[in-house]
Amino acid sequence: MPFSFLSIMQFEWSALILLFIVLFLRIGKKVISNTSLLYIVNGLLLINFISGFFAHEDGTLFGTMFVSDSLIRFEKSLLNLGVLIISLQSFHWLSKHHHASEFYMILLSSLTGMFFMLSSNNLFMLYLSLELSAIPLAALANFDLQKRVSGEAAIKYIISSAFSSGILLMGISLIYGALGTLSFDAISLNMTGEPLLLFGFICLFAGFAFKLSAVPFHLWTADVYEGAPVAVTSYLSVISKGAMVFVFITALFRVFANVAESWYQMLFVISIATMIIGNLFAIRQQNLKRFLAFSSIAQVGFILIGISGHSDAAVASAVYFIMVYIFSNLAAFGIISLVSDVTGKENIDDYKGFYSTNPLLAWVLTIALFSLAGIPPTAGFFGKFFLLMSGAAADNNTLIIIAALNMIVSLYYYLRVVKAMFMDSNAQPIEKLKPGWMPVTAYIVCTAGILLSGIIGGAFEYIISIVSTH
Amino acid sequence: MSPISLNHILFISTALFFIGMYGLFTRRNMITMLMAIELILNSVNINFVAFNKYLWPGNLDGVFFSIFIIAIAAAEAAVAIAIIINIYRNHNSIDVADTEEMKY
Repeated sequence: MPFSFLSIMQFEWSALILLFIVLFLRIGKKVISNTSLLYIVNGLLLINFISGFFAHEDGTLFGTMFVSDSLIRFEKSLLNLGVLIISLQSFHWLSKHHHASEFYMILLSSLTGMFFMLSSNNLFMLYLSLELSAIPLAALANFDLQKRVSGEAAIKYIISSAFSSGILLMGISLIYGALGTLSFDAISLNMTGEPLLLFGFICLFAGFAFKLSAVPFHLWTADVYEGAPVAVTSYLSVISKGAMVFVFITALFRVFANVAESWYQMLFVISIATMIIGNLFAIRQQNLKRFLAFSSIAQVGFILIGISGHSDAAVASAVYFIMVYIFSNLAAFGIISLVSDVTGKENIDDYKGFYSTNPLLAWVLTIALFSLAGIPPTAGFFGKFFLLMSGAAADNNTLIIIAALNMIVSLYYYLRVVKAMFMDSNAQPIEKLKPGWMPVTAYIVCTAGILLSGIIGGAFEYIISIVSTH
Repeated sequence: MSPISLNHILFISTALFFIGMYGLFTRRNMITMLMAIELILNSVNINFVAFNKYLWPGNLDGVFFSIFIIAIAAAEAAVAIAIIINIYRNHNSIDVADTEEMKY
């Protein structure tokens, strides 16, 4: 087909078109008020999300550098949905901000990078799109220009991301030196366990682990999450991490399947360390954003266990978990961003007595935290269940037992927040908040997603069915 | 005089990589840390070009890769320096010791 480059790259084109619409609205002669700009952009993001369902063409482009199939399109739709929810939730913050349109331009260029990253079929493409998604994020982390912590978060993010991509590039260059090719297909055919290749692979793995914030490489996470504006924090913790997990799975299962025994050992050590350290540090946090940063580190540990299963079920469980994680984490961040915008309070102690003034918002946050902890009626339980099931397929009971013990520890700190909201009394609780209809829509979507995507079993079966055609 | 072998070039690039890493870990000035990262990226460039010339002269994958790395390093430096300028406005210093308000 002559126009297949349009339909195969549909997600990328539509994100780019959106970017240019925002750009022209910004540089046009007519000055648009922030509120109407936000209405327009949110409408366009909704159209962007819906149009993703009509994409159907599989194929490769640019001499097999770019590939698209139904699983990749599903992952991209998940990212689109996450961006839409984040954009709805940040309505309050952006309507008072002077640079709302720039926020969307940078956000969309980063999103485009993630789309290309998911579709990449070549180490060269992977590196380019990784940088396209990471560099704008550093600018976003510094978006509250006057805040001192914001700049600190941004410099920590860009230095550690540049360093990690340096290590990643070292790995790529060694693999190129040994095999003379950058294409995923050729590497997966010729990959062996000889020392040079294995060293290159370890460098690549370390670069990925940096972006995933798995444990030896997690030190930037908490500071960046705390310092960045809440909308950017939720983007970093959900969208960016989700895209990295998807690419990581592709890299391990498709490109480096020949050295599966080596990376199983690495995943084993890293996932245990990630869960334990993430949990232990989350216990002592007072700031909610920092608390969610460490909890998200612990969640990555669980995802790594699922990935270590190395089967179709492992891919499906990781994708399903990311879907659930988008709903539950974004619900939690939505409440936090509302409270922090209106009152500036971000500590757990400030949430004492939250239920007495804002019962509905307290329930949304509670359901989100239950889902993150993995308590049965919520989807988070099913997500963790499938992850551990696919991890157990590798017959390594030590890993599963440690994961189960960690889930008990994680219950303690999630319930600590719930206890502060429902049981503790406070002389000056947070006043009654009035979210606009856009954040309320986002809360409803997230809560419905948490409650329904677990009980209605179709979601996981659908993901299994598209994974098997992958 | 014997021609320069691939081993010599790889030795240089590996040394450069670790000098960059050492600089990143020991220097406390943000601009110098950026320079250290440039050293790391340039060592990778040398690797790519050397592998391309000595081992896989058939196509130009490595050379193209290194050109793109140079371009992206420039973009990265631009964003990083913009952030550093903003930090200087808020903190009046570009020493990392002065920007550590968030801990633990």
